[in-house]
Amino acid sequence: MKVLVAIKRVIDYNVKIRVKSDETGVETTNVKMSMNPFDEIAVEEGVRLRENGSAEELIAVSIGPKQAQETIRTALAMGADRGIHVETDDEVEPLAVAKLLKALIEKENPDLVVLGKQAIDDDSNQTGQMLAALVGWSQGTFASELEVADGKAKVTREIDGGLETIQINMPAVVTTDLRLNTPRYASLPNIMKAKKKPIDESSPADLGVDISARLATLKVTEPSSREAGVIVEDVAELVDKLKNEAKVI
Amino acid sequence: MNFELPEELKMLKETLRRFVDNELIPIERETLDGAKLKPESEKWLNEKAVELGLWQFDVPEEHGGLGLGLLAKTVVWTELNRSIALPTRLPEIFGGASPILYNLNETQQERYLKPVLDGKLKTAFAQTEADAGSDPAAMRTSAVRDGDHYVLNGSKRFISNALGADFFQVIAVTDKEKAQRGGISTILVDADAPGVTLLREQELITDDKPWEILFEDVKVPAENLVGKEGDGFKLAQSWISTGRIRHAARGMGIITRCLEMATTYANDRVTFGEKLADRQAVQWMLVDMYTHLHQLSLMVYHAAAKYDRGEDIRNEAFMCKVFGDTKSFEAADNCMQIHGGLGLTKELPIERFWRDQRSMIITEGPTEVLKMALARQVLKEYG
Repeated sequence: MKVLVAIKRVIDYNVKIRVKSDETGVETTNVKMSMNPFDEIAVEEGVRLRENGSAEELIAVSIGPKQAQETIRTALAMGADRGIHVETDDEVEPLAVAKLLKALIEKENPDLVVLGKQAIDDDSNQTGQMLAALVGWSQGTFASELEVADGKAKVTREIDGGLETIQINMPAVVTTDLRLNTPRYASLPNIMKAKKKPIDESSPADLGVDISARLATLKVTEPSSREAGVIVEDVAELVDKLKNEAKVI
Repeated sequence: MNFELPEELKMLKETLRRFVDNELIPIERETLDGAKLKPESEKWLNEKAVELGLWQFDVPEEHGGLGLGLLAKTVVWTELNRSIALPTRLPEIFGGASPILYNLNETQQERYLKPVLDGKLKTAFAQTEADAGSDPAAMRTSAVRDGDHYVLNGSKRFISNALGADFFQVIAVTDKEKAQRGGISTILVDADAPGVTLLREQELITDDKPWEILFEDVKVPAENLVGKEGDGFKLAQSWISTGRIRHAARGMGIITRCLEMATTYANDRVTFGEKLADRQAVQWMLVDMYTHLHQLSLMVYHAAAKYDRGEDIRNEAFMCKVFGDTKSFEAADNCMQIHGGLGLTKELPIERFWRDQRSMIITEGPTEVLKMALARQVLKEYG
């Protein structure tokens, strides 16, 4: 089995996001970037399939600027066999990403594609679903457990109010939820080995995909600030405040 | 000219930063018993070190280690020292064998080095004496050849890890006339040899409790001599520079943590209606830490990269140790000042950084001695 994971370079989850003063987006200059945490879970799942013998090859794909190669290198250090970098400085919307991944699927013929359920920068939660539709594969989204055997995948999905277990035919697209696994630290010897692993470079044009934007961003603003809450002494005070201050009862 | 770390070392730094943030800092006040790891912490850390591929990272390739260059080691030293979870002297898990042991001949390696790397034997390095800290010419402990033995007499003090050590690497005078020009040798002495006495434990400002050791007519087999007679000082010199870089790399880790803690606290703490972060006195302290960290990083990475190219870094190592130890102490001191009373408590790691870094300005070459040695080089170069 061949597994492909898609990974995105995003602002590190620890960074306090600042909106640009001209309201065109968020500040990324001198800001720490790292792999989207959901994608890290996808890589870890791929590495585990590789280690338990289910998969023979694990390919990590990233679409983005030159520095996205650092993110691919991290996936290689975690255990991916090789990388593919589709280089573009343009903003790529989920549909464009799905189309690029489709083009790569046609080239690489993987049996399973694993993606994070969403990226923590735009929180779209669309790419996996769009990809499955474009290639006509089964999809198992929000996976918290994944078992692959005999051309089928058993996916436990985190849904409102509980867990749903489905069985889908391969090839399939699976998107990861937080509880699927805990990603490993890349070990020092593997970091050194990752240096020598190959990364294929291509561009959207090479893959014949039009990535031009279909959405226009009008403006990006900070969420409005909220005043801190107060702790009331007792129910009487609460009722009083609801009546006289909030005037809701 | 490239001032950036190579990509793989950046990744190593990132990984270790995350490891320290997620796994060491949350438990950093619970891992130690005095200067040593608690047994359960040691077991846990051993597993983590294997997982990270850092187990005995310090060991040369020919002895089963990773064969890392000095630049890579500085990254590890810096990141692991951002937390006080580990002993100030990193435990053997990371390959704590003193570099002298890699200079042993094959028979000696079988008997002494291998068991140390396997964790079966413990060892301590014994150089300092009451009247000879930095000045080897004043050393008194003597080893006199008598047939197939040396007879060892004298005393050593401030010997870390002496308690529980199975053997000592003793620096002794074999020729008084020649002193540091070929009169000093290194000899391996079994701790249970008759005439070896652990005299007394010394309580220090740090958690480390070194010992004073007495040698009285200790008979040591001549084959326990390391290298040739008179090589002792030369051997010590060959790794002393990398030891100084290690001091500076540790300082980088400590300044980083102090900067993180001090900025966070300065942003939160309000006094007389104003945030500490808005006060110039505090701002200047933070800016100094930031600048010193930048200076030190450039110095350390430059020196380490130069060493890895096979060049001499004697002068760079003097500068790195002096600058690294003094500026990291200053950072700990200012971080403590910014935290006020909280900075004095044992709830925060600042007091340990402060005690450790104060001691580092004296340990393994006090600032004044290193400056004296560097001055000789400067006078030669520009005089």
